Amino acid sequence: MAVYFQKREVVVPGQLLAEGRYRPSYGTYDENGKIYSTLVGLAELRGNTVKVVALEGAYIPKEGDLVIGIITTVAGNNWKVDIGGPYGASLHANNALRRPYSDDISEYMDIGDVISAEVIAFDRQSGPFLSMKGRGLRVLDKGMLFDVSPAKIPRIIGRRGSMINMITDHLRIQTVVGQNGRIWIKAPDTASLRLAIKAFKTIEAQAHTSNLTERINTMLAAEVAEIRSTAPTKTGKETEDEAIGEEAVETEQSDPTGDETSEAGDEVQESEQEMEDNLDESEPAALDDIEDEIDDKTENEEVNE
Amino acid sequence: MSPETKPDFLISPEGLRVDGRRPDELRPVELKVGVLKQADGSASIRQGKTYIIAGVYGPRELHPRHLALNDRAYLRVVYRMATFSVPDRKRPAPSRREKEISMVIANALSPALFLEEFPRAVVDVFIQVIQADGGTRCASINAASLALADAGIPMRSLVPSVAVGKADGVLVVDLGDEEDKYGQGDVPMAILPPTEEITLLQQDGFFTRDELLEAMQMGINSCKYLHELQKEALKKAYVKKTPDGEEGDDDEDEFDDDLETDLGETDMMEDE
Amino acid sequence: MGDFSSQTISHIDREFIAELLGKGERLDGRAFNEYRDIQIEANVVPAKAEGSALVQLGDTSVVAGVKVLVGEPYPDSPDEGVIMVTAEMSPIASPLFELGPPKEDAIELARIVDRGVRESQMVDAKGLCIEEGKKVYMVFADVYPLEYDGNLIDASSIAVNVALLTTKFPEMKLEEKELVATGEIKSLPVTNIAVEHTVVKIGKHLILDPVLKEEFVQDCRLTMAIDEKDNFTALQKGGGTGAMSLGLIEEAMNMALDAGKIIREKIDESVKAIK
Repeated sequence: MAVYFQKREVVVPGQLLAEGRYRPSYGTYDENGKIYSTLVGLAELRGNTVKVVALEGAYIPKEGDLVIGIITTVAGNNWKVDIGGPYGASLHANNALRRPYSDDISEYMDIGDVISAEVIAFDRQSGPFLSMKGRGLRVLDKGMLFDVSPAKIPRIIGRRGSMINMITDHLRIQTVVGQNGRIWIKAPDTASLRLAIKAFKTIEAQAHTSNLTERINTMLAAEVAEIRSTAPTKTGKETEDEAIGEEAVETEQSDPTGDETSEAGDEVQESEQEMEDNLDESEPAALDDIEDEIDDKTENEEVNE
Repeated sequence: MSPETKPDFLISPEGLRVDGRRPDELRPVELKVGVLKQADGSASIRQGKTYIIAGVYGPRELHPRHLALNDRAYLRVVYRMATFSVPDRKRPAPSRREKEISMVIANALSPALFLEEFPRAVVDVFIQVIQADGGTRCASINAASLALADAGIPMRSLVPSVAVGKADGVLVVDLGDEEDKYGQGDVPMAILPPTEEITLLQQDGFFTRDELLEAMQMGINSCKYLHELQKEALKKAYVKKTPDGEEGDDDEDEFDDDLETDLGETDMMEDE
Repeated sequence: MGDFSSQTISHIDREFIAELLGKGERLDGRAFNEYRDIQIEANVVPAKAEGSALVQLGDTSVVAGVKVLVGEPYPDSPDEGVIMVTAEMSPIASPLFELGPPKEDAIELARIVDRGVRESQMVDAKGLCIEEGKKVYMVFADVYPLEYDGNLIDASSIAVNVALLTTKFPEMKLEEKELVATGEIKSLPVTNIAVEHTVVKIGKHLILDPVLKEEFVQDCRLTMAIDEKDNFTALQKGGGTGAMSLGLIEEAMNMALDAGKIIREKIDESVKAIK
């Protein structure tokens, strides 16, 4: 019995990780009682299970994942949706609209629309299939899409959302983080948007390092202070309430533990914060309204606005 | 139009090769990982004057769809030489040689890949030879296997590759251009280092049975050395991304959460 | 990394870029008339190509190489050498580039860059003659994109210019009908330099040096080759079916003239760097 790596060591394909009574898990293979890495990644021993956390890789769908997709075709009662990775997804109208709906479903969502959706089935011979019947799943409007390596998404979300929440708090932006490596960002101004992108790029480049949340926090705090002090109006603290109108910051991510356990759609975790630095524990009333509105939109065929 | 002439000898009276190497000595090798921003994975290799860039896309949707395999991903390798990579201008259209080498490289790489994890998809490996100075198919394999790892394609191992040849009757590794042109044979090969199994094997020229066996053993030895260089290049590409160029050395042991979400909010320095 | 596996342009991207431009901004912080950072390295294929250059324009990069061969002149120009530019959309450079024989866009790229070189009479064709009616030099400049994040044309034009300007080849002569090297090393007879500058129209805005996401939503582009004396030596309107008013074209021409000086300086620097 022996283990041949340091905790969180960067390992490479074919590297011998352990031999003896260890159990091979994700990112490894077993040959004659020896466990090797299949990936470039971080080796980890949990109990007697050896796994490698990928640092790169295409998006492979998993049931319960929240993804951001772009509609590429409308065929009968199905939308074909590009979710990145090797497998194009399908979204059946029954999983997006309340019946009865029009024969021409492009009335609701058309080519080029960007949606947040949940993967409800995928077995590699068919699918993946998507659903938009879940809290907050909808057509994304305005904002921009930013792509990162899907392998870095768990880090961007952070432990129980710690990273993404910290970023949205600092920058007063709305985000939806798809497990497929797409991040939708809606920012009040271009400076905040650029900072958000800088933060995501930094996380992507340093995903395997320790104490990343703290470093991003420090960076954002410093840079936000700078843009707020130079910004002419609007983004200043005094005018903040007007600036946000009734819009709330919302942050959505599926399964923030990022692990193999698939979760049902209702458990797609969302967290909302008011646009205040001192995050209030009690949800303001306005948020509930918006929440309802979102749900209505998804289920009420109003998705095409 | 760079005129090349046949050297008087390939092995000097002192037993050294045209470029001064010993028979079992490789040319200087420089491997870099992550050299292209658009590709999902990439690597470059400089081996002597040979300079090659490999880019990997995928696994991604395969077009045309009739090529799709139901039980695994299709590995598509395209080896191309730039028109200016050789002494005379190469015609721009793909040659029969380029097509064959593409296939040979695919066969050398695929035993190392867990393609069954991505049925119906394609993994594209694009190899661009910028400057050719002998040993391009082997150098391509060295770079391509790094690019595949960089793309996050699951692999049994990296695949190192080298050509062994015969010059003035002496077995030599990593043929240079003149040795390739004027030597008595050439054995390009690639191995899977954990098992030392051979995944690429071609030969031309004249070898006795014993010479060929010895050549292959020399090739395996050189491949094992190249494998060390590959691992080093790959680790360097990932470790250098840390803010201070070092890996995080965390002594804390607070690890109740999953690594994927918690790479340790432990100690480590500031940046930016 | 970016994934453009679907070429369906999302409504979000389209609106986002339009909205930014409306505010006078681009995502990367550039002014509308500003190039991305340019890195030029000459002589990157020293052992096999007679001239070569690697150009990085932001996240776009191309390598160009020059081969000088000897061949027979065309019958209608017996005392002139041949110069030709080709380009390939190598699939290594972008998930959008497909395998297979060159398609329209690759051919257009090559033709535009070729015209930039040819129409400016950059290389004196008569200076490429070895013996009239018998042997001339044939100069091939071939472009390979390595990374495509928009504006391949300008990156390729810069790379071809630098590769040609730094080309060195053995001089040849005819002796008793035999081609022999004189032992001298020659440079190309360069008489002019013309570089291409591409401005794209998005809505009512004009921007120089588009990135890929901007190209996705462009109405059309206008590429202008401008020489050392600020002459326009080639124009090409392409990249979509959008129409342009004379007023916008004039504006684009002014943008290109201003940019031309900066780019020519960078080309000079890179050529001097290897001398």
